[in-house]
Amino acid sequence: MYTIRTFKRVESLEEAYELNQKKTTTILGGGMWLRLGNRQIQAAVDLSGLGLDTIEETDDAFVIGCMTPLRDMEVHPGLNRYFQDMIRDCLKDIVGVQFRNTATIGGSLYGRFGFSDPLTALLVLDTTVEMYKGGMIPLEDFVDMPYDRDILVRVHIRKDGRRCAYQSFRNTRTDFPVLTAAVSSKDGIWRAAVGARPKKAALIAGAAKLPERPEKKDVGALAKEARDTLKYEDNMRASADYRKILTGVLLERAVEAVCGGMDHED
Amino acid sequence: MKIKVWINDKAIATHIDGDTMLIDVLREKGYKSVKCGCDTTNCGLCTVWLEGRPVLSCAVPAARADGKHVTTLEGVAEEAEAFGRFMAAQGAEQCGYCSPGLIMNVLAMAREMKRPTETQIKEYLAGNLCRCTGYEGQYRAIRNYLAVTQGDYQLFGKGEVIEGVR
Repeated sequence: MYTIRTFKRVESLEEAYELNQKKTTTILGGGMWLRLGNRQIQAAVDLSGLGLDTIEETDDAFVIGCMTPLRDMEVHPGLNRYFQDMIRDCLKDIVGVQFRNTATIGGSLYGRFGFSDPLTALLVLDTTVEMYKGGMIPLEDFVDMPYDRDILVRVHIRKDGRRCAYQSFRNTRTDFPVLTAAVSSKDGIWRAAVGARPKKAALIAGAAKLPERPEKKDVGALAKEARDTLKYEDNMRASADYRKILTGVLLERAVEAVCGGMDHED
Repeated sequence: MKIKVWINDKAIATHIDGDTMLIDVLREKGYKSVKCGCDTTNCGLCTVWLEGRPVLSCAVPAARADGKHVTTLEGVAEEAEAFGRFMAAQGAEQCGYCSPGLIMNVLAMAREMKRPTETQIKEYLAGNLCRCTGYEGQYRAIRNYLAVTQGDYQLFGKGEVIEGVR
């Protein structure tokens, strides 16, 4: 378990940012993963007094504070209506309701964890993270940036009329995923992401070449590209080979969900 | 550091370290229904309510409970006992170790959802692990409890209404 010398409930983001310039400082999200490690933290910075735990719907986006519990996103009617329940689908299998009441979206995205379900899902939406100093950064860029001393303040998901779907495979419910996949489509342009390989989620570049209504062979080619270009590994949950097989299955299911069915050649 | 927490509506001030967890404060203050089952944020046994929401008290820094209301099983003893009778009627318990956490989450679910479906019940309670049983007895007890307290359900088993619940 971690140790914390001082627990600092800050009154402003500037105060948090200044404290966080020391390497011995850690910004706390939900702390669910952090507490399982052995980090020796001199100052743990708590942002929960800054009102960053709300989901606001504007004309063109959902703006979600970094301290928003995953559960609030999971049951948010506006988010789920707009994104066809994908937000709920990517959160509901994470441990349990009690866990999701504490785990935060800021922690989940900042950590860029390999096992992150929401990271996979939000990659196929028009998602931007708002950093305190770094400003607005598209999630697809942020996911590959090195960890720095900045603070993730809000998550913006643009309302662009996208159709989307999420799939995960778990050996047992509530466990970490063996593989995650998400796809979306807008004006015939597709995006697809695969995560928990067990490496962190990544977009598959070739998704943009999919036809508006992909057939099974098109999705098969996309899965092959993922297998050939993304890094897959073994861990205690599954082998890399098994994950590669699952990639095709989950992508196909997700595309089918978006299209409301798929034309099969056979 | 010093914090003040309302535990079951009783104001309690105490000194904590930076890494003290809520569960440690609760047990130290005598709320022994709260137990640590797995210490890996998974089993649900340490469930309490923080401002009415079920959380894993093993994973909530005590400092985050400062100025907030915490509810433990002791704070909802009557309801817990009523639900416990439904569990007993189904022979749901074996060792009973996981019950306090399950009961806190069942009661939270009953407050949050009206007449949940089987899928909703199972999803809501997926974070409460029982290592003895297959959850079937608990599930029957939960359905019967909801049938009596929320209505519109079919009772399992003999279906008798147990006195003192309504």
